[in-house]
Amino acid sequence: MNVIEVNALEKIYNDSEVKVFALNGVDMTIEEGEFTAIVGPSGSGKTTFLNMLGGLDQPTSGQISIGGTDISKLSSSQLIDFRLRNIGFVFQAYNLIPVLTAKENVEFIMHLQNRPKEERENRTMSLLKAVGLEGRENSRPNKLSGGQQQRVAVARALASKPKFVLADEPTANLDSKSTENLLEIMEELNIKENITFVFSTHDQRVVNKARRVITLEDGKIISDVRKDILPQ
Amino acid sequence: MCTNIKLAWRNIWRNRRRTLITVASIFFGVLLSAYMTSMQEGSYSKMVDIVVKFYSGYMQVHHEDYWENKSINNSFDYDQALIDKLKSHPEVDFVIPRLESFGLASAEELTRGAAIFGIVPDVENQLTGIAAKIISGKYLQPTDDGVVIGDGLARFLKLQIKDTLVIITQGYHGVSSAGKFPVRGIIKHVSPELNKSIIYMELKTCQYFLGADNKLTSLVVNVDDNDVMTSTLKKLKKEIQSPYSVMSWEEMQPEIVQQIESDRAGGIIMKAILYIVIAFGILGTIMMMIAERRREFGVMISIGMQKKKLAAVLFIETLLIGLLGIASGIAVSLPLLFFQAQNPIPLTGETAKLMEDFGFEPYMFFSTAPEVFWQQAISIFIISVLIGIYPIISTLKIKAIKALHG
Ligand SMILES: Nc1ncnc2c1ncn2[C@@H]1O[C@H](COP(=O)(O)OP(=O)(O)OP(=O)(O)O)[C@@H](O)[C@H]1O
Ligand SMILES: [Mg+2]
Repeated sequence: MNVIEVNALEKIYNDSEVKVFALNGVDMTIEEGEFTAIVGPSGSGKTTFLNMLGGLDQPTSGQISIGGTDISKLSSSQLIDFRLRNIGFVFQAYNLIPVLTAKENVEFIMHLQNRPKEERENRTMSLLKAVGLEGRENSRPNKLSGGQQQRVAVARALASKPKFVLADEPTANLDSKSTENLLEIMEELNIKENITFVFSTHDQRVVNKARRVITLEDGKIISDVRKDILPQ
Repeated sequence: MCTNIKLAWRNIWRNRRRTLITVASIFFGVLLSAYMTSMQEGSYSKMVDIVVKFYSGYMQVHHEDYWENKSINNSFDYDQALIDKLKSHPEVDFVIPRLESFGLASAEELTRGAAIFGIVPDVENQLTGIAAKIISGKYLQPTDDGVVIGDGLARFLKLQIKDTLVIITQGYHGVSSAGKFPVRGIIKHVSPELNKSIIYMELKTCQYFLGADNKLTSLVVNVDDNDVMTSTLKKLKKEIQSPYSVMSWEEMQPEIVQQIESDRAGGIIMKAILYIVIAFGILGTIMMMIAERRREFGVMISIGMQKKKLAAVLFIETLLIGLLGIASGIAVSLPLLFFQAQNPIPLTGETAKLMEDFGFEPYMFFSTAPEVFWQQAISIFIISVLIGIYPIISTLKIKAIKALHG
């Protein structure tokens, strides 16, 4: 089943004198359970693409449908609710709300969803456990390392039970050990819980972990490679 | 809602020092304004007290033409029914009859204009406590053919106790009257004006002297305070019919009301300036708070927080800062001003002398009327609410994508 369907997607920035074709006719689909990396040189349109998939920015033309919903038809406040219920986000940095503890950050999103307290607490604890942060649930972000913060961000992204998780260069600010660690956690969640991940990266080791690699250049997909063998 | 408040509360303490400074500025603003207002209101009520206590009482009933033309010809007959009617209001403590007129007071070669007050000594003393202001001699007896005169008048006429004062005046319906009166006592009147001109005489003696048997010019109707007066006045205005009319001290002394109003307006301008300065301080803090957290707002909106929810958090933050300022300001000014009200600040030197000359006790008086406090609380609250609009508008305008990418 397709989680994401993209048709003839274009994004043109014309706020400066020269028009920038950040996305220039992108077609693709992402199925449930994928673990997909978007790669490409700087300026190739990765961030722009992920922002479109996440409903954070409006395309100039083309359609994006997520779980069968054409998101360009949603008003901006409907879109916020849509993101809350369907998409998990992990950004490059500063993901977390600094005044909330790890646990509260994860719970926050379920608060926004008005989930009952018991469900919130149970799910938060099991997610923090899954990302290996048992015992650190009461730490505020500034007491956590960059890698730990990104793991909390992953836990939060999953808390809302999204259709997929988008991560724009989630490891860009991490050292190699934390990078590996984060990737392992993402992979495990992907395999065990069938969570769909779409992430962009510059890091070859991250690319190597992906089971599908989409390469962008000048706003176009120039290659789309699937490695069908699951890692052991 | 609970989460929003928790979030807001923690957010304001992110930059502890900045928040404390902002709260401190509100604190000092509230304290200063409350102190100033308390001092102003304290001095006004003292002023009113003096006017009311030593002169006019809260209200007076006259012949309807008397106030326009304060002639003894506009007096009225002592009217027990009228007095009973006034006394039938439980809030009225005293009804005091007076016969007031003017005349020339002289002794030897010296002459001066004087105010003649025909009074019932005991009753008058209940309101004004003038017996206690006698500086030499004695106060008037229930039946007395002598006079008590102001200290200023006595000095001008070079009169002492047991000397004789001569008064020449026009009595009722133009009869000219002249009389000699032994000086029984000399009074230091709090009103400098009256101190220079007052002659107190027993009512019957005065009526006889002026050829105005059984006549009165005024009935002082006294109540507890201004609030009681306002309600009672309304009732009395309806009840008291021609040829009588009832007036409040405010109608009788409009210049005092005006003086208070203009002084109060001056105070309001000062407070407004102070509050505007504070408002800009709060606004600056809020603007900085928002600017610093743009990226965070971007994340929050991206992950699914509705802007109006975020706006609510920021509004609560603004309100919390305001409320902390109000609470701390009131917490300190309340006991401070209650203490000050109990212990007015004595004044010394020139100021004290000036005040005494004007009939004021040389003290700085403080009021603890509720408005001294709630005025400040309401002002800051309104300011916080108005400033709170800024984060609301700016959040509603945030574009998540722009905020995210700085
Ligand atoms: N807000 C914007 N206004 C104008 N041009 C933009 C804007 N955002 C991106 N672009 C342009 O669109 C193109 C694609 O940018 P994008 O950020 O998507 O690239 P990227 O692949 O994420 O690059 P990087 O690897 O450096 O993050 C670039 O040429 C960029 O300059
Ligand atoms: Mg990018």
